[in-house]
Amino acid sequence: MRRFTLIAVPYVWLLVLFLVPFIIVFKISLSDTALAIPPYTPTLDFSSGWEGIRNFFAGLDFENFKFLTTDDLYWKAYLSSLQIAAISTVLSLLVGYPIAYGMAQAPDEWRPTLMMLIILPFWTSFLIRVYSWMGILSNEGFLNQFLLWTGIISEPLLILNTNTAVYIGIVYTYLPFMILPIYAALEKLDISLLEAAEDLGCSRLTAFWLITIPLSKQGIIAGCFLVFIPALGEFVIPSLLGGSQTLMIGKVLFEEFFSNRDWPVASAVAVILLLILIIPIVLFQRNEQKQREAEG
Amino acid sequence: MKTNLLTAAASLALVAGMASAEEVRVYNWSDYIDEDLLAKFEEDTGIKLIYDVFDSNEVLETKMLAGGSGYDVVVPSGTFLQRQISAGAFQKLDLEQLPNHANMWDVVSKRTEQYDPENAYSINYMWGTTGIGVNVGKVKELLGEDAPIDSWSLVFDPANMEKLAECGVHFLDAPAEMIPAALKFLGEDPDSQDPEVLAKAEGVYMPVRDHIQKFHSSEYINALANGDICVAVGWSGDILQARDRAAEAENGVEIAYHAPKEGAQMWFDQMAIPVDAPNPKAAHVFLNFIMDAQNMAAASNYVYYANGNLASQEFLVEDVIGDTAIYPDAATLDNLFTTRPYPSKVQRVVTRLWTKIKSGT
Repeated sequence: MRRFTLIAVPYVWLLVLFLVPFIIVFKISLSDTALAIPPYTPTLDFSSGWEGIRNFFAGLDFENFKFLTTDDLYWKAYLSSLQIAAISTVLSLLVGYPIAYGMAQAPDEWRPTLMMLIILPFWTSFLIRVYSWMGILSNEGFLNQFLLWTGIISEPLLILNTNTAVYIGIVYTYLPFMILPIYAALEKLDISLLEAAEDLGCSRLTAFWLITIPLSKQGIIAGCFLVFIPALGEFVIPSLLGGSQTLMIGKVLFEEFFSNRDWPVASAVAVILLLILIIPIVLFQRNEQKQREAEG
Repeated sequence: MKTNLLTAAASLALVAGMASAEEVRVYNWSDYIDEDLLAKFEEDTGIKLIYDVFDSNEVLETKMLAGGSGYDVVVPSGTFLQRQISAGAFQKLDLEQLPNHANMWDVVSKRTEQYDPENAYSINYMWGTTGIGVNVGKVKELLGEDAPIDSWSLVFDPANMEKLAECGVHFLDAPAEMIPAALKFLGEDPDSQDPEVLAKAEGVYMPVRDHIQKFHSSEYINALANGDICVAVGWSGDILQARDRAAEAENGVEIAYHAPKEGAQMWFDQMAIPVDAPNPKAAHVFLNFIMDAQNMAAASNYVYYANGNLASQEFLVEDVIGDTAIYPDAATLDNLFTTRPYPSKVQRVVTRLWTKIKSGT
């Protein structure tokens, strides 16, 4: 019985927080638009019994998914989102790893303070933090005013409303999600391994590459997932900091939903976005498991 | 513990009960009212007012069609109102509860009848035009003294836009207004719903789109007033508000608004009560309060938009009633056009066109 409960909890969790919402969205993606409340048809009508349920299923089809293939906007937006998310993830890793490493190397009594510094910005609303970047990056903003004052540039740099601003926004926002898992992995690192490597004639750099990096692999992977997944569907950052040329699937979804009032196509876009995310995660997990079995 | 929970539940129920009796929730456009009026409403009527804002008809429409928005009064523009009425999103007004309805101006209500027959579901709040706001000094510096600041060619002629890009140009992110403007510039019917005619707008935007810094429907007020940008295609009163903010800041920025001479779109923002409004009675009280001549005049004097209230005109300041950018003279009025809502197939064409114009894809 206890064993059953133990297994049931994560499954119920998944069912309620993932599967049920997914089925609702998937169902809408098979419907057609209508000028009504809610703006799609058919809706499930239990009052007319079996007849109603049968009509409901007869009204569903995959038309909206076919529609997505007729316009190159959608795959271009998916590709562009993948690119922006991938570049942001790499940038976050490049910035986050040294920070996490520094934290793990820091004396014990400093660590809570450093941890606090990483977490503290989270106490401010996400929206306000993104808005402040608008103030920093705009033509009249702090950054340009400072650079003009120092004489490094003579014309203000155009950063706001470009993809550069989007990268800055995503890396800034998601950096803690990269730092924390890597820090957690590095903190557990057994220093005697590094000492042994040096005793055996390994340079510090080689030791870092051969021991520290592989042992923090789990943290790196977790951090990359935590940054990549939300960045892929990001809407707020590109719409506030990005320009009109920033093409991301989150914005396309917004347009389908709000401008076209086309909930079914918007849902189809969302379903595909989810598949794009889930398939690599599942493949990765399976690969990991195989490796573990091979090692074990 | 149990008693605590019960007390909590009881007080929650009490709060909920009070809420439905003494609250009215209003969802209006941003920068669209004198906030003193909101306080005055609570004082006069004793009803608690919860006031939220939006900056796009599309966002409002999605909330209306999703249902259960929780708002008692919303303010869609004419074309959107018409579509939402046919979706069954609004309830008919009860004129008995609206004695101030007699103050309304037939010149405006005749025009709004094309969206809401007999004005059965809505009252006009404000109306205005979609045109061009310029930072006069900067534009003349870049384009010379005879810069065409009263023509669509200022923003649709690539030669002008190439130079203006240097000081920043914003466009409204509102395809239902920006596509008709481009068609008017071409001499086509701005109210066309023919996909082939609509596609011609693409030819207008493609050469200038790289020079447009941003498509946004509310940021331009501050950006124009601060001197961050020098041209904005926007709504009349918003640009006049920018003019005033710049004058107050005494930052040397001089803003002017023009409804382009080729013809500009005239739109109407209508107050309506959602079909599932939690408190329709308080909603009527709010509408009646707004239709009071002095209240409506206070709102217009503050936001620089014309209203559909004849009785309010004697309380309007000269800056508003005397400004042809706000209350156009007969000649300008003739030059203004209105549009019909797009059917959903055409809407998809327009949205796709707009995405292509904005993103290049």
